Amino acid sequence: MSTLALICTRKGLFQLSHDLTLSAPDFAGVPVSMALASANNPTWYAALNHGHFGVKLHRSDNAGKSWQEVAAPHYPKHEDASQGDSLELIWSMEFARSDNDQILWAGTIPGGLFYSDNGARNWQLNQPLWQHKTRQQWFGGGFDHAGIHSICIQPGKPDLVRVGVSCAGVWQTEDGGQNWQNKAQGMRAAFMPPDKQFDPNIQDPHRMVQCPADPRHLWVQHHNGIFKSSDSSESWQEIENKQPSAFGFAVAVHPEDPLCAWFVPGIKDECRMPVDGKLVVTRTRDGGETFETLDQGLPTEFSGDLIYRHGLDINSNGEQLLMGSTTGNLWISENQGDSWQCLSNYLPPIYAVRFLK
Amino acid sequence: MAHIIFTENLRRHINCPEQHVDGRTLAEVFNNLFSSQQALKHYILDDQERLRRHMLISIDGKKIEDPVYLSDPVRPDSEIYIIQALSGG
Repeated sequence: MSTLALICTRKGLFQLSHDLTLSAPDFAGVPVSMALASANNPTWYAALNHGHFGVKLHRSDNAGKSWQEVAAPHYPKHEDASQGDSLELIWSMEFARSDNDQILWAGTIPGGLFYSDNGARNWQLNQPLWQHKTRQQWFGGGFDHAGIHSICIQPGKPDLVRVGVSCAGVWQTEDGGQNWQNKAQGMRAAFMPPDKQFDPNIQDPHRMVQCPADPRHLWVQHHNGIFKSSDSSESWQEIENKQPSAFGFAVAVHPEDPLCAWFVPGIKDECRMPVDGKLVVTRTRDGGETFETLDQGLPTEFSGDLIYRHGLDINSNGEQLLMGSTTGNLWISENQGDSWQCLSNYLPPIYAVRFLK
Repeated sequence: MAHIIFTENLRRHINCPEQHVDGRTLAEVFNNLFSSQQALKHYILDDQERLRRHMLISIDGKKIEDPVYLSDPVRPDSEIYIIQALSGG
């Protein structure tokens, strides 16, 4: 049975088959921070965070049957070793060209964006963006250092790339990474001093997604709430008064309908758990004017499940959603979130779920 | 030549049998060790070639004092243990 999705957890990488069964984990016992695979190519990637032994990258050339270690991104050597940066986490990975599984972007903590054009045999740090990071003193959100968690590549225009950075807002290049501009105008960080709240360079987008069919439309689940752009990230509008809360980490957008998006609300800093212990998904079909609360099939008893920023994904036709939690619960919806089926209550904490698209 | 012994946990991920390597300091020993085993280097040292934060090295029973420049002296009959600091769950 072929693989429907990859589930990255604190204790390994699980493959979810189309019959909704889960494999035994690859990399058992090792945290897997991110994976990248497509349905059309046999070359897959898995980013491991060994902790003691550092971050490693593995590649499979046979659709996950076996893996080999390949080069992980490396930060350039500083003239004084006590001062230089070192890779802490591969937080995001995307194919830079939809038709080539050897050309990759990788977003990392402490804030570097890396590019490989040879299947991760080696990597180049994108220096132009790194210079912005160095000058502007990006800072960490939930980690000690800043990180790139979202990479949106414009369909049909691979040189137009946007990245989401915690904490430095949204950055865009139109020339494949030679020049970058901040594109977080309109985002608001209520937790900052008043004169800094609208500073684009300090914004904390938790996750950014782009509608493939109409890429002018992007959604961000931000630390401060939900933001939407309908003009190719030239401006962002805050979606206010959302119930049960505007806080969360994850967002998914329908691949063909830019007005349709899903979120998983939670209580922010003081708790980081579902509001009133009740796990729900919210869905808008009208660009954020209204939201439905979806809970059929989700826990009816108290839930401490938190859905991390990569813990929600939508498949390529927009019907199936996958959701994995910090408590190791995994759910699938086959009807755009109207109802959910629990696939496991016993997985390790889930960092990311990804359909093969 | 100094005798290097690796934690079993590291041997689970990469081939690193006990071995004997030349060098008057830990940095020199590592230069010689990694010249033929480049992949092993990244399991022990970070991108700046400092000792990884949660690794621990002892030379002749004493924890090294310089995890950044690895200048701790090594004798020809030294015993070097490369182990991990215990953490996590």
